[in-house]
Amino acid sequence: MELSRYDTSAFFDEMFDPERRPRTGCELLARTLSSLPDEDLARRQRAAERSLLHAGITFNVYGHERGTEKILPFDLVPRVVPAREWATIERGLAQRTRALNLFIDDVYHARRIVAAGIIPGEIVESATSYLPGCRGLDPPQGVWCHITGTDLVRDGDGQYYVLEDNLRCPSGVSYVLHNRTVMKRTFPRVFQASRVRPVDAYPSELLRVLQNVRPRGIATPTVVVLTPGPYNSAYSEHSFLAQQMGVELVESRDLTVRDGFLWMRTTRGMARVDVIYRRMDDTFLDPTVFRRDSMLGIPGLMNVVRAGRVTLANAPGTGVADDKVVYAYVPAIIRYYLGETPILPNVPTYLCFDDKQREHVLSNLHKLVVKAANESGGYGMIIGPQASAAERAAFADHIRANPRNYIAQPLLALSQVPTLIGDFLEGRHVDLRPYILHGGDDIFVLPGGLTRVALKKGSYVVNSSQGGGSKDTWVLADDSSGHSNNSNHSSPSNNSNSSSQSNSSSPSNNSSPSNNSSPSNNSSPSNNSSPSNNSSPSNSSSPPNNSNSSSPSNNSNRSNSKEAQAC
Amino acid sequence: MLSRGADALYWMCRYAERAENVARFLDVSLQVMLDMPDSHDDPWEGVIAATGEEEYFTERYGAASRDAIVRFLTIDTESPYSIVSCVRQARDNARSIREAISSETWEQINKWYLLVRDAATVDALIDDPHDFLAAVKEASHLFVGITYLTMTHGEGWHFGRLGRVLERADQTSRIVDAKQQLLHAGPADISATLDEIHLSALLRSVSALEMYRKRYGRFEHVNVVEFLVLDKLFPRSIRYCLSKGQLSLQAITGTPVDASGTKPERLLGRLNAEYEYAIVSEILAQGLHDHLDGLQLKLNEVGYAIYETFFASRSDPAAELARVEAAQ
Repeated sequence: MELSRYDTSAFFDEMFDPERRPRTGCELLARTLSSLPDEDLARRQRAAERSLLHAGITFNVYGHERGTEKILPFDLVPRVVPAREWATIERGLAQRTRALNLFIDDVYHARRIVAAGIIPGEIVESATSYLPGCRGLDPPQGVWCHITGTDLVRDGDGQYYVLEDNLRCPSGVSYVLHNRTVMKRTFPRVFQASRVRPVDAYPSELLRVLQNVRPRGIATPTVVVLTPGPYNSAYSEHSFLAQQMGVELVESRDLTVRDGFLWMRTTRGMARVDVIYRRMDDTFLDPTVFRRDSMLGIPGLMNVVRAGRVTLANAPGTGVADDKVVYAYVPAIIRYYLGETPILPNVPTYLCFDDKQREHVLSNLHKLVVKAANESGGYGMIIGPQASAAERAAFADHIRANPRNYIAQPLLALSQVPTLIGDFLEGRHVDLRPYILHGGDDIFVLPGGLTRVALKKGSYVVNSSQGGGSKDTWVLADDSSGHSNNSNHSSPSNNSNSSSQSNSSSPSNNSSPSNNSSPSNNSSPSNNSSPSNNSSPSNSSSPPNNSNSSSPSNNSNRSNSKEAQAC
Repeated sequence: MLSRGADALYWMCRYAERAENVARFLDVSLQVMLDMPDSHDDPWEGVIAATGEEEYFTERYGAASRDAIVRFLTIDTESPYSIVSCVRQARDNARSIREAISSETWEQINKWYLLVRDAATVDALIDDPHDFLAAVKEASHLFVGITYLTMTHGEGWHFGRLGRVLERADQTSRIVDAKQQLLHAGPADISATLDEIHLSALLRSVSALEMYRKRYGRFEHVNVVEFLVLDKLFPRSIRYCLSKGQLSLQAITGTPVDASGTKPERLLGRLNAEYEYAIVSEILAQGLHDHLDGLQLKLNEVGYAIYETFFASRSDPAAELARVEAAQ
């Protein structure tokens, strides 16, 4: 593989410095890549994709002709994060998660932060993800956001920024584990020599967190994973995590509330459920409290939750902390609750409800990215420099009509990683989603994360629905490994503690990746073709079938669950 | 375990077993046609009759022809009885309970599905389906073996085996039924060579040829019936399937051997006892077709009782909402 034509001049490159010298920890990897015959890399790439397909690591695609499942495109060149950089990221994420958890708890109780004048009360209440039904809720151990996926990006100078927090039910972690399995097979020697930190502990850590937040008085809790069903786009992740933790994967039709407790229907009658890792959006959980039209919900669930007889992870209402306007206050939130300086900076953000900032945004639309506060997945946003004048004018009207709903950020020049395109390596833009677990007594940051890559040339959109793929993320155990003999300080892209919110900072020229998680995002099972709609045989002329429409167990009443949000 | 999970395991194995049986049946039917004299009329009618889907077939394809039948039983995604449909349904069930089965089991059924899905796009398969059918049988054997070796033989596994053996009993009865006229008739009606071809085809379709030879030696109609219906040890005989099914049911419920247990246990136990003590000449006197028809009805009763006892406890969401709101 010829690397001399690989271009590192335009963007921050994760593997090479501007003089094309391998960065810390990348020496052996770079040497291996350059020594491999071209077709060998392509062959390994195909083998990796085949093994993902066989393992059924897929996400559901709608309206796709042949089979509705696709693998997330996988690129075999890993992204390397040196130990020193990771140490900062890890501390920064733990700090951020701790502060956000305190914020959510405060917002649904005394609202000290509003009284202190740090964040306006109307900002909190006008967030569509704020759920008044959660006021006064006291989740066990005071934990609301048990599982968080925080999206990080790197700018042209190598600085890491938090692009957004995902505190509801972030997806993608199963790709982290599967990508790793595939990479160990693809580059066993380089992997071993690079001393990459393992990610296998995730299911155990997740189970530990879930057990730790069990209701009071329960010694050995029954933990389940709640999925909207097999037609949900992230279903394979739901089942994978349940399987890896050794717990039941339930759908809401398996659950029922009776006598003040939550039960699941088993072959031996009803069994108590104590902790639910739910992968279903808040508002679908309980039709008596949130959306009445949710056929995916479990009626009465919230009463059981409030009584402390079942724990939901994440707790309902956590989405208030990932509203994009609230996001702009996170550095202040960290200072307020922890009295600490934020370790990971936000991307500078303009708030359109503020008159002065809105005027600045409106007159600089051609330079900015504007996003709706409660949308994700690349919806409700405009990338100013790439939009037409007419599009910008139309968007300006939206902003004026509903200023609370919009924020603006400069375009970041996202970092790039070498990526196999055809037979050659070319730079493609990436983001990074690490996963953080909050179990009450401590916070665990998985050493790794999902590196999403925009496979289209020049694109900054890493979503799977828009040509995004993923890479393995190698967090090094120590920065002296993975290279032959040179010193390990080729890349000083260290992110200092400066969290300057000064709005004018970074130079713009790119877009920011839209979020809405790759592997998942979508709607829900259209249950009437559900595989387990099994009836039993009726008669003899033809063999019994379980998809029989006359089945007594047919759940046709669920068909309007289409709009349910996936997690 | 979850009722829904038990249900899906049971059907996962039933559909997998069905896919294998369709492959066996079609493969041997194709082979036997090669040995048939041209004069023999409508050999394909009998093939489609054995599937129990004659009406649906005629509606879709009209007259029975080799190519239509091959397509109908292999790659016709609309036909519920085709191999591709059976494997897809087995896999859909597996996918809904991936946490309840081993990764290896899942991966095997997923690969099996990818195999038939990709094959279904190749029209050449219709001309020469042999390799495809062999691959399907092999994938099924791998699936059964992997399930056996990687899953705890607990409740879930027993639900799977229960589904598998009930399906197999049903399929074996259909295959025998398809040849029942032949099995009743003596060599007087039909040339001895042709008779030999039919009997060996029947035995081969359930992989019973060599095992039959070891047990009985020469082909005798009555012995072939006895072997496929009443043999105690041959894994595709009806009696064998019933006895394993009963064992699995007992393992699931924990019922002691001398107790009668739940409704499906009573029904299956009674059926099993009937076959343990059955005499082949009585079956033939009753009429093989009537006998097998009765068996299929009884198997369906067992299936329904299993459904009622273990799987059916889901409520309708609207009713559930009304119940909870009334309570509040």
